Amino acid sequence: MDRITIIENLKNIITPFVGDKEALDNLTEQTDFIKDLNINSANLVDIILDVEDFFDIQIDNESMEKMLNIEATIAIVEEKLASK
Amino acid sequence: MNRRVVITGMGVVAPNGVGLQEFTHAIKNGLSGIKKDPELARLKFSCQISGTPTISTEKALEYFTELELRNFNSSGILYGVIAGLDAWKDAGLEIKEGENPDWDSGTIFGAGTSGIEKFRESIYKIDDYQTKRLGSTAVAQTMNSGISAYLGGKLGLGNQVTTNSSACTTGTESLMMAFDRIQSGQAKRILAGSTSDSGPYIWGGFDAMRVCTFKHNDTPEKGSRPLSATASGFVPGSGAGAFVVEDLECALARGAKIYAEILGGNINSGGQRGSGTMTAPNAVAVQRCIKQAVKNSGINPEEIDAINGHLTATTKDGFEIGNWNQALGLKNANFPYINSLKSMIGHCLSAAGSIESVASVLQIHENFVFPSINCEDLHPEVTAIIDANKVPQKLIEMPVNIVVKASFGFGDVNGCIVFKKFEK
Repeated sequence: MDRITIIENLKNIITPFVGDKEALDNLTEQTDFIKDLNINSANLVDIILDVEDFFDIQIDNESMEKMLNIEATIAIVEEKLASK
Repeated sequence: MNRRVVITGMGVVAPNGVGLQEFTHAIKNGLSGIKKDPELARLKFSCQISGTPTISTEKALEYFTELELRNFNSSGILYGVIAGLDAWKDAGLEIKEGENPDWDSGTIFGAGTSGIEKFRESIYKIDDYQTKRLGSTAVAQTMNSGISAYLGGKLGLGNQVTTNSSACTTGTESLMMAFDRIQSGQAKRILAGSTSDSGPYIWGGFDAMRVCTFKHNDTPEKGSRPLSATASGFVPGSGAGAFVVEDLECALARGAKIYAEILGGNINSGGQRGSGTMTAPNAVAVQRCIKQAVKNSGINPEEIDAINGHLTATTKDGFEIGNWNQALGLKNANFPYINSLKSMIGHCLSAAGSIESVASVLQIHENFVFPSINCEDLHPEVTAIIDANKVPQKLIEMPVNIVVKASFGFGDVNGCIVFKKFEK
């Protein structure tokens, strides 16, 4: 799965949790889930679950800690997909 | 001089009507909300009928965001939020936006359990080593104070936000706690009420005790028979009732509609002594609770127009009538009208006291006494104490000034509250 496809899929996954919908349109790899998208921090665990389900991967606690923005999330997803 | 306390808004989610309008129509016309319950039948319950409110997804979306309804599985919170927000709106109050909460408003919203369906779902996941997959709302949905937490956030409440719990007395107790807090000047406004989860996991324990009827699985609307000679146990129900309880001066200052005044009441326990046990009430305590409620409301028993009893349709209804008779010193033709809403909606457990109090207050506000259905064959224990016509079989339209409501619960706990038509 290429990077663009991963970003598109991530965007779909996080959409329900985003408080600031306008910020979604300006999504870049540097976009921070909490600061830029105004996502409730408690919802990060729900996003992780949806990412796991969608990409059919398992995300360990150490990886999860890093998944605070789009770039880091892509890196984790790519890593987990590669090791499948 | 104590502050006077009034009810300025109400909301209800009942098996026979969601919203005040539908509910008022139902209780005036003696419409039952008891239906066959396929899930209870599938699980081989003895009692396969229930009073379960119907809430569509569209309706739920008027009160919750799509995100909030994601992985949402708590019927009690669903009912409580609908009733609570409806009451707030009915009172003509705005939802507090901005940085600061409304320091003068709080909620005391009772529950017996919270999100028992969500709890079950979570337990299965945990036992399957899937704790990581519970999601972010398992706690909020299953903590007992879930309902008050949801309401507090939606309304921006900055006063006390709590959930009381005292079995089937919960709803009546929440009103008394709100009354106390406002009367003592600690809050100007409390969203009081209570809710109950639906379904087999909340009702199973009662079914196991054989206190629910198993004789009306094919005649659900006839199943809940308080005061009847053929009463054979209660029908499980659920829902929520809510009230905006407000300081009178505050209500008058904003020109609020006033449904009724809370004159007073009493909460006590029989301590599981005497005739009291975990599951049966101590008669002395019940009578004392009613007497104290009447006394601290400053009324004479003769002034009571109607009693809304606890009256569940178990074998204890005659005993309850006896307690009212002893406490009030009234009998036969002198006894007030008495009815049981459970005849139409079953026993809504932790929500019973609040839903039944909504019905009690509506009687004052709209001047009627609703019929107690399914008791055309009154129990001889009842007619030995009060005249048969004191249990209305049909709607009675009459001026209703004072209604007394009582609830009794497991743990030998009692609550009694006195509502009066508001006069300046």
